Amino acid sequence: MTSPRPIELVCPAGSLPALKTAIDHGADCVYLGFKDATNARNFSGLNFDDKAMAEGVRYAHDRGRKVLLTLNTYPQTDNWQRWTGAVDRAAAFGIDAVILADPGLMAYARKAHPGLRLHLSVQGSATSYDAINFYHEHFGISRAVLPRVLSLAQVEQVIANTPVEIEVFGFGGLCVMVEGRCALSAYATGESPNCDGACSPGKHVRWEQTPKGMETRLNGILIDRFADGERAGYPTLCKGRFEVNDETYYAIEEPTSLNTLELLPELARIGVRAIKIEGRQRSPAYVSQVTQVWRAAIDRVLAGPAEPFRVEPAWMAELNKVSEGQSHTLGAYYRPWK
Amino acid sequence: MKIALGPLLYYWPRQSTLAFYADMADAPVDVVYLGETVCSRRHELRLPDWLEVAEILTAAGKEVVLSSQVLVESESDLKTLRRIVSNGNFRVEANDMGAVRLLSSGDAPARNWIAGPTLNIFNPTTLDLFADLGATRWVAPPEMSRAQIAALRDGLGHDMEVEIFAHGRLPLAYSARCFTARHYNLQKDTCEFRCLEFADGIPLKTREGAPFLTLNGIQTQSAQVHTLLGDLPAVCAEGVDLLRVSPQGAHTPEILQLFRQALDGLIPPADALHEALPLLPAEPCNGFWHGRPGVEQRVPS
Repeated sequence: MTSPRPIELVCPAGSLPALKTAIDHGADCVYLGFKDATNARNFSGLNFDDKAMAEGVRYAHDRGRKVLLTLNTYPQTDNWQRWTGAVDRAAAFGIDAVILADPGLMAYARKAHPGLRLHLSVQGSATSYDAINFYHEHFGISRAVLPRVLSLAQVEQVIANTPVEIEVFGFGGLCVMVEGRCALSAYATGESPNCDGACSPGKHVRWEQTPKGMETRLNGILIDRFADGERAGYPTLCKGRFEVNDETYYAIEEPTSLNTLELLPELARIGVRAIKIEGRQRSPAYVSQVTQVWRAAIDRVLAGPAEPFRVEPAWMAELNKVSEGQSHTLGAYYRPWK
Repeated sequence: MKIALGPLLYYWPRQSTLAFYADMADAPVDVVYLGETVCSRRHELRLPDWLEVAEILTAAGKEVVLSSQVLVESESDLKTLRRIVSNGNFRVEANDMGAVRLLSSGDAPARNWIAGPTLNIFNPTTLDLFADLGATRWVAPPEMSRAQIAALRDGLGHDMEVEIFAHGRLPLAYSARCFTARHYNLQKDTCEFRCLEFADGIPLKTREGAPFLTLNGIQTQSAQVHTLLGDLPAVCAEGVDLLRVSPQGAHTPEILQLFRQALDGLIPPADALHEALPLLPAEPCNGFWHGRPGVEQRVPS
């Protein structure tokens, strides 16, 4: 039996401290964004200005790691220059790859910076090898991040039919909708992941203690209500409790995190080239814990048959501590989840 | 201004579906989009059945387009997609990039396909690129505002028909998970085709009873019915070419009639909207067109 091919661990960096923590604990790559709507985590207090970007890139490169820049929202006619400007800045900073979703922007990047490596963002909603090969043939993308919708066998089928490297989400907050194909936040608040880089943005959130319990609202819409003693979660609109045919429940998804740790040997076997950890909006402490566990797990897999893989209970315990709702799921990898 | 009937987003029994499209042969609609775009498990009509409906509507003078599935997951989804693309007769609406690849490559690339609303085309550079690949009509993403659509069109280097989502519950999101099956504690693979029971999807309300969303299998729609009937003067002023009306469980022919009459100046748009309200399965909204949260109902300007 041959050893699995190397898998890169791609960790979130919402800030310079998070970037350094990720690198220090064994991330092969960090991904980050500029401080504006050009990326899908456009939250106040997050992301990198020019000074932090320069320092972050230097910190990573000095240690032989890579920096990936997310420019994965869709530019509009009137703000097009801000996105192309971001591509130019990425190239100037020596970013190792830009993660894009918009085909026009890919065409721009290819023409203006032929040496710049392009990754297809999960926001591109490419779920088949035909879709991924489209971006490869036209824009020369090197890697694609898969939406969290496919089964293991389907991921394997994609990998077998494309020259593009495949990156999958390993851990973190779970979008239950196909990334890039969700306008729920736009419907409720006017701001969407696709165009504004934000889902259920904080400025529309209201927490209110009422006689019926703690109510969380998004632009006035009641997302959930919590009894005393219940832990009140952030009102991400697909993770609230709603009424359907007089039954009140998590009609779309529970507050839970994706955790595919137990699938790691299979992901390696089928040729997944990178595992992405979600959570640029999370703290450096989160990044530290999650990076350490996944580094250890990936190293165990890469060690090959000499050291059979098993999920350490301590790993799961660490990950559950930082999971949304303190629970986790295999998501679409587990058929009954669908 | 043409009126287009969007693909049927719900799952109706075979006879209801066939009866619905038989009515469309006589309805004031210029273009009809056909096919299953939401869920590959739905099979009351299969591709050969859709092609038969297409022939009937073509004979009635309608332009027919075959719409591709939005979320393509399996090899069998791809097989269906290839059959749609190579149908040899009808134009195709591409609803994912796999469809775009199949339409624009190979020995005889199609030169007149439709770039569907889920391709996320938001700027003229991107739309020009699809025009170079053979797209001749663009269906704007429903979340785009009047100002954004106008700006894109003004910046475009190609001739391109512009279609907007003008009436119906908004298709807001797609998932690997089936929310209808989840509601019944069923797995997607053994869903018992519960979607068949809901001609307009399943209403989802907040915990204080306010209508919010609609569950339609793997698709999530708005509860409110997006309608631009009252906004037609502004829509016409922007030079939109086609208005998409999404089929609803009842009264679709009357809705189409109201659009036609308002466009032809036979009734004022405000009156058309007023007449449409009792025909809708829920309250109206039009926020997206006005650059607002989609759920809002703005006074037409």
